[in-house]
Amino acid sequence: MIRFEHIVKRYGQKTVLDGVSAVIPTGKITSLIGPNGAGKSTLLSIMCRLLKQEEGKVFLNDRELNEYGNKELAKKLSILKQSNNLDLKLTVRDLVSFGRFPYSNGRMKQEDWQKVEEAMAFCEITDLQDTYIDELSGGQRQRAFISMTMAQDTDYLLLDEPLNNLDMKHSVQVMKMLRRLVDELGKTVVIVIHEINFAAQYSDHIIAMKEGAICYDDDAGQVIQGHVLEDIFEMPFEIIERNNKKICNYFNL
Amino acid sequence: MARTGFKHIGIYIVSLGAALVLVWLSFFIGVKDIRFADLWSDGDKLSVFLISRVPRTLSLVLTGAGLSIAGFIMQQLSQNRFVAPSTAGTLQAAKMGILFSVILIPGATLLNKMLFSMAFTLSASILFMFMIRHIRFRSATFIPLVGILFGNILEAISTFFAYKNNIVQNTQQWLLGDFSSVIQGQYEAVYLILPVVFLGYLYADRFTIAGMGESFAKNLGLSYGAIVGLGLISVSLVVSAIVVSVGAIPFVGLIVPNIVSMLFGDNLRRTLPITAMAGAILLLACDIIGRLIVFPYEIPIGVMIGMLGGIIFLFIILRRSK
Repeated sequence: MIRFEHIVKRYGQKTVLDGVSAVIPTGKITSLIGPNGAGKSTLLSIMCRLLKQEEGKVFLNDRELNEYGNKELAKKLSILKQSNNLDLKLTVRDLVSFGRFPYSNGRMKQEDWQKVEEAMAFCEITDLQDTYIDELSGGQRQRAFISMTMAQDTDYLLLDEPLNNLDMKHSVQVMKMLRRLVDELGKTVVIVIHEINFAAQYSDHIIAMKEGAICYDDDAGQVIQGHVLEDIFEMPFEIIERNNKKICNYFNL
Repeated sequence: MARTGFKHIGIYIVSLGAALVLVWLSFFIGVKDIRFADLWSDGDKLSVFLISRVPRTLSLVLTGAGLSIAGFIMQQLSQNRFVAPSTAGTLQAAKMGILFSVILIPGATLLNKMLFSMAFTLSASILFMFMIRHIRFRSATFIPLVGILFGNILEAISTFFAYKNNIVQNTQQWLLGDFSSVIQGQYEAVYLILPVVFLGYLYADRFTIAGMGESFAKNLGLSYGAIVGLGLISVSLVVSAIVVSVGAIPFVGLIVPNIVSMLFGDNLRRTLPITAMAGAILLLACDIIGRLIVFPYEIPIGVMIGMLGGIIFLFIILRRSK
């Protein structure tokens, strides 16, 4: 379980997070939504210690995040940001095998390679294992990175805008894969996501943020309502229900 | 591992073979005609061989290997293909260190020079890393331009102090790499490159991972700051050892890692032996050609590398910008 209490983060004079608290439900997909500059990515980075908060605490399994060693934390929680250098000539297999680093320290055992094979198979990139990552399409590359975090074998996976620059087909593929991670392997996934319909279709839980504060924190069904979304994004929304699925329309209203 | 491993072993053997042939040629090409059989019969020739030829050849090999690995490490840490000792002010800082050791300590020993040079290169590297972290406009060619500018500023400061102390001519020589004066007793600092090569191999994965970015490295539980620190210390050690003992050699740290990356990828654990050997081969070949074309005179290796390196560098830029 990830829990954070009264997180405050400032960049110079500007307060980006103003005392936010919440609990991330285990074994579910939680989406962080909200307008640009709401503090979603900052919160995600603080949850995994990439950024330091000014005030407040983050707890992982009821133990404070700062008490974990680097290697120890890397076995429990992984994060994918968009800032990775994609210019490197590494094969998919090399990349996925780096996910074992917290366990192997670079000396890969049979068991580590086994995990690498499983992770590649799960993400359906085994065929691409000898391809350099700079030759992959956006969707394939995203799958390769997620496969690396699978090899890392953590219970928690945090992703910062995993659908950035992906077309619809690849976005759906990635979201379905995350769904399988949760449903089949019992992992806990937290994503920062902009496209509200992907959040509506694939997440269990939604935390909505606005101006450095959490304004809604509830089941996806409760947040995906016209008046709630209008309040978060300050624009009109129309919710279309079809086959028990909610589709948000915000065009030409 | 098995798939690519096989191909790599073949390449290791071929490049090792090429390097050994060049080492042999370097041993036996020179103004004094020495043959292999002479080493046992002619004491005079044996001493020329041991005092001049062997040190020259070994320092060529170590310099080539060291600069290539240093270049690779710098490119990973800065996440930029065009950053190398010659485009990040590192060479100029090494020279500045030697200058200040000579000014501050009359009769400075090799060790004094080495330590000063290292302190200056390390500080300059840290400053350079700090600058590029705070540049918003991170285009591939902009960063090395900043580095070259930085190097020129250091150079200008050095020239000012050299001028004040009437040693401008000496300092100019330090930046002209030359192996013809390498003899026993004056080149041994280049052996400091050996531990860096070893360390490079030990930390190969960490340097590669650091090249993917800070958040990537931290996600895998690595201490990014420690890797950067270790990398910069290694680079400073290699560059200072080389500048102190043979002078500055341009382009090697820039072109060798780029060519190896294009052909064999960026996984340092696999490419480090090839990178090291390619650097040694390049320097040996340039030095031997320089010794032969105006025999019995020599063209300095800096000129040879400058010409060849410039052409190869142009090719790399054109290819990378595609």
